[in-house]
Amino acid sequence: MITAFGFVLLTLLVVTAIAIVVTPNLFVAVMLMSIFSLLMAATFFLLDAADVALTEAAIGAGMSTILFLGALALIAEREARARARRSWLPLAVIALTAFTLIFATFDKPRLGDPAAPVHQHIAPWYLEQTPVLMEMSNVVTAVLASFRAYDTLGEVLVILTAGLGVMLILSSGRPDSSRQRRATGGLRHHLVPRVVGQLLIPFIVLFGLYLQFHGEYGPGGGFQAGAIIAVGIVLHALLEGEAAGRAILPVSVLVGLIAGGALLFSAVGFAGMLLGGNFLDYSVLSANPVAGQQLGIHLIEVGVGITVAATLVAAFHAFADREPAA
Amino acid sequence: MKYLGLYNYWVFALLLMIGLYAVIAKPNLVKKLLGLSIFQSAVFLLFISMGKVEGGTAPIIQHGGEPQIFSNPLPHVLILTAIVVGISTIALGLAITVRIREAFGTVEENEIQLQDRDR
Repeated sequence: MITAFGFVLLTLLVVTAIAIVVTPNLFVAVMLMSIFSLLMAATFFLLDAADVALTEAAIGAGMSTILFLGALALIAEREARARARRSWLPLAVIALTAFTLIFATFDKPRLGDPAAPVHQHIAPWYLEQTPVLMEMSNVVTAVLASFRAYDTLGEVLVILTAGLGVMLILSSGRPDSSRQRRATGGLRHHLVPRVVGQLLIPFIVLFGLYLQFHGEYGPGGGFQAGAIIAVGIVLHALLEGEAAGRAILPVSVLVGLIAGGALLFSAVGFAGMLLGGNFLDYSVLSANPVAGQQLGIHLIEVGVGITVAATLVAAFHAFADREPAA
Repeated sequence: MKYLGLYNYWVFALLLMIGLYAVIAKPNLVKKLLGLSIFQSAVFLLFISMGKVEGGTAPIIQHGGEPQIFSNPLPHVLILTAIVVGISTIALGLAITVRIREAFGTVEENEIQLQDRDR
């Protein structure tokens, strides 16, 4: 039954993807992209990736849609009609590549094969050592925050760079006061979305905090929590208007939070060095290595959560605050 | 039955190509970014599919229960972070697209190239 459901989801993914590419209306394409992400999240969940499904649902179906819509408001909603000249070259290229890729899949182990090479390398060691070294339940969090913390630090720095890039590209360079503000009242005059939305915000943020601090024992962690908290804050800005959204979290604070999260992550790494361990080795943070690991993981997850949430909110503000070109 | 176990990989290949088609054949820059998102999601699907173990469950260890089979946690970690990095880079792409639209008045690649040639 579950397998059949999986097949239906995968088929729907292909159908949605084709619809996204074919439709000339970009608004429709973005909405379909949101559905695509939700289907993808359900597929991830069926494939046992609970943490990934959470992230995909919050980011793909939530934040990504808002950012695309924010950009569309500044661009144009419709694609220009392509003129008659239609090239068959791209179609031929992708048909050939698709054929090659599908041909290559016949050499792959079938789905779920426990003897597949990917399951023989280091993964069993992670599963075995996580309860011993850090006494944690969620192996994904343990690998992300401790075993492969270098990797995660690099990714946090990429997010920081991209967030700063968006803000630099879209900031107009003029001081806030000299500008004629667009009168964006948000959805203040739409009663139903406003009431329902405001009811939801506390629960969204609470759920985000739960994921942040419960990520060691169940699905969750800094990336998911950051994304969900950002969705809650952005929802507030959507309902109350851009100016009100900026008032509760000014951009200067957001910049500080983006940098602060990444700094906290690196500081935990250097603290380990000062205490005689290696960079990002948490065992030395406490007299008991297991407690040290748990402390380190908690701290860097908080850093990740802060950077992710602040980056996403800042990117939203960058788009929402820009005036459309004439 | 043997081939049913490869269906995930076929969907991966199709999604990858649908995304690639949007990137190389569509002149609209927003459409290209949407194509890039699809392309990216296809890669995510490949990784997560490879991590699945038959009869397994999410890699969250429960104490005191029967010994369980867990799916591979490593692809989950890689993709979890990649999704968040993905949205950041897409946001950067959208920001550049907005500036292109302000500078050229259009986001259609062929029109931008025409204008660029005339400058």
